[in-house]
Amino acid sequence: MRSWRKGAGKIALLIVLSTLTATLGGCASGKAGQSDLSEITIGIPQDLDGLDPHRATAAGTKEVLFNIFEGLVKPDAAGDLQPAIAENYSIENGGQIYRFALRSGVRFHDNTEVTAEDVKYSLDRAAGLGGGEPIVAALSKIEGVEIKDAHTVEIKLNTQDTDFLPYLTVAIVPQHIEDLEKQPIGTGPYKFVSRSPQENVVLTRFDNYWGEKAYLRDVTLKIESNPDAIVMDLQGGSIDMFARLTTVQVDQLSRDQFTIYEGTMNLVQAMYLNNAEKPFDDVRVRQALCYAIDPQQIMDFVSDGAGTELGSSMFPAFTKYYLEELNHTYDQDLDKARELLTEAGYPDGFSFMLTVPSNYTQHVDTAQVLKEQLAKIGVDAQIQGIEWNSWLSDVYSGRKFQATVVGVDAANLTPSALLSRFVSDAGNNFCNYSNPAYDEAYAKAYEATNDADRTHYIKECERILSETAANVYIQDLPEFVALNKKYTGYTFYPLYVQDIAKLRPAAQ
Amino acid sequence: MRGILRKLAGAVLTLLAVTLLVFLAFRLIPGDPVTALLGTEITPERAAQLRAEMGLDDPLLVQYGRWVIHALGGDLGTSYSYSMPVSSMLAGKLPITLTMSLMAFVLSIALAIPLGILAAKHEGRIFDRVLLALCQVIMAIPPFFSGILLTYIFGIVLRWFTPGGFISYERDMVGFLRYLILPAVAIALPKAAMAAKLLRDSVIEEAGKDYVRTAYSRGNATMEVMYRHVLRNAILPVVTFLGMALADMVAGSIVVEQVFGIPGISRILLTSISNRDYPVVEAIILGIAGLVVVANLLVDLLYRLLDPRLREA
Repeated sequence: MRSWRKGAGKIALLIVLSTLTATLGGCASGKAGQSDLSEITIGIPQDLDGLDPHRATAAGTKEVLFNIFEGLVKPDAAGDLQPAIAENYSIENGGQIYRFALRSGVRFHDNTEVTAEDVKYSLDRAAGLGGGEPIVAALSKIEGVEIKDAHTVEIKLNTQDTDFLPYLTVAIVPQHIEDLEKQPIGTGPYKFVSRSPQENVVLTRFDNYWGEKAYLRDVTLKIESNPDAIVMDLQGGSIDMFARLTTVQVDQLSRDQFTIYEGTMNLVQAMYLNNAEKPFDDVRVRQALCYAIDPQQIMDFVSDGAGTELGSSMFPAFTKYYLEELNHTYDQDLDKARELLTEAGYPDGFSFMLTVPSNYTQHVDTAQVLKEQLAKIGVDAQIQGIEWNSWLSDVYSGRKFQATVVGVDAANLTPSALLSRFVSDAGNNFCNYSNPAYDEAYAKAYEATNDADRTHYIKECERILSETAANVYIQDLPEFVALNKKYTGYTFYPLYVQDIAKLRPAAQ
Repeated sequence: MRGILRKLAGAVLTLLAVTLLVFLAFRLIPGDPVTALLGTEITPERAAQLRAEMGLDDPLLVQYGRWVIHALGGDLGTSYSYSMPVSSMLAGKLPITLTMSLMAFVLSIALAIPLGILAAKHEGRIFDRVLLALCQVIMAIPPFFSGILLTYIFGIVLRWFTPGGFISYERDMVGFLRYLILPAVAIALPKAAMAAKLLRDSVIEEAGKDYVRTAYSRGNATMEVMYRHVLRNAILPVVTFLGMALADMVAGSIVVEQVFGIPGISRILLTSISNRDYPVVEAIILGIAGLVVVANLLVDLLYRLLDPRLREA
């Protein structure tokens, strides 16, 4: 009665076996081609938010566009500004006039030569001089750009500012290109080839580059949106380099296969407080929090002790302005912290919402340690993880928050990039910090006509932020870069930059 | 015929409801495309200017109505974050996800049907028991986990493929298909296990019914009884299951694509959600919802084909 099953069973078994053989056989020969050393694949954590260098805002985009576009000047690895499209420059009239002599023979990626008209067009465009809002807010100081002769351009500011040069790293783009999103043509050592959303961006070496040419010819920037896949992709060889790894990821990589470079991220990680919101409108409460926490413990937990302690809104890459002594304004002292809380009217502590962008592991980890440390003085931090876009709209623009852990970086190499946001009426003062003494010191720094005075007042600003405990300052996060041993030459910048042109094959 | 028409109308209404829901859901979560685009360089003036340019100032229903009218005309809009047409953005990615899902689908049928029959044949014996236990375990392993496991074994230990590697179908069709095999296996395994178990139970039940004995007694050959009578009846619940599984596989590929680093629609979908890139999200959701509806219609049609009793209804 059950005899029908015999024949059917044989056929079924045959189908299963042939399916499995086909599947596994296909895998066996699915090995990717061996990589050639004239090319490299670099993993990047997110896709570019645009290709127009004036409109791009994400730090992760700017660090890539650094390889494609250049300004009149560009930063070197030491953080000094070097002439790029300009051959030299002079600053006149106490910093109101910036005169640039253009380098001859600089070519765009479509091989047209850079002219004074292109320079004027680019600056006008970024500064919004043709009408409309300036695309780059900081350039609103430019009153006019004048072409003196075919090789000289003069920029006039509406105020004296001897510290304006770092803003002139703004990209020079060709006037004849309609849409930079589609044709991102610059003068940098690499030119754009193609992009595929959420997959990759392909660059190739620009052989007519005016300066030192890149070593590697073809560069693929592969978007690694899944952080759990990064280590496997490095080990498996589908990417050769990844920057900003966590210590956990670094520990999983073999030192035989990878060189690990350690630097700092050049940002100010802090528990930023809403100074307008109770209870953080009371300086004693803010100070109590500073006394309660120990940055070293945070660094030990988050990245095995790597990182640099900070005591104010300035990181050590700004060697001229960084004040190490501010790290000791509040050495951990729990009794003092409790005392200050009692004085402020919170003898039993209080509870507050600590908002953290959950896509940043380091900030989330930091918040965990902060919670533990604050619990010791009776303060209860309720951690709330939100996604980045909500953070931008609620915390950063909406200022609807009590406290948040993030890292604030410097958009360019000026101390004002870090300090201007604490001026009472600054548009990006998301902490609602308001202090007339600070506003005065900051104004004096930018009115100062000589460098010594300016430096003095900038340091004064840092001191005020530290003494009034504007925020609970923690650290400059460590940065780990893994580079496959087949390559060498990774170079850190004091800015958010990946200089691909410096990478080269390791000596065989 | 009227039944089919009614079903089609229902399908259109379903799609409208789903897209409207997505549209409304986006307004409930904080942030909009403008905050995503401007990031930390946002100023109220620039935000207002951009919102006006993008038409985000209009009332919600006006925006939705505009989208529906354009979509009906085949225009899915322009991505906010990539400033390129959504259709051309997805055109390069959709074949990847669909190929992968289809491979998974074929694979699960190719595994489930023979294994189900085989287990039924050996009912209660060792093969059947081992297979049942195995199915139970595989059903419990989510694809993202088996994906990580497969990547580790075949990528890191055996080095049969490069983890995270991918070859575009435009460059090398064979290489492309090879890189999709493991993800397809990861998606297919739990579905295959479920379908195999379902088929086994169903076949055993049918084979025990009286009409089978009658068929034998009328002198039919074994294979004929099996394929003309038993399987035809036993396969009905499996068809229903596989129809739903097909849509589920496309949706489930979202997680698996992340694990294997396959640049299909999933990454676009996820990043578009966090960038509040409504046009892209709407287009993808429309696609997935459409697939579910089509799969359901196909199951209905297949039912009518397999079971003459339903043709009258």
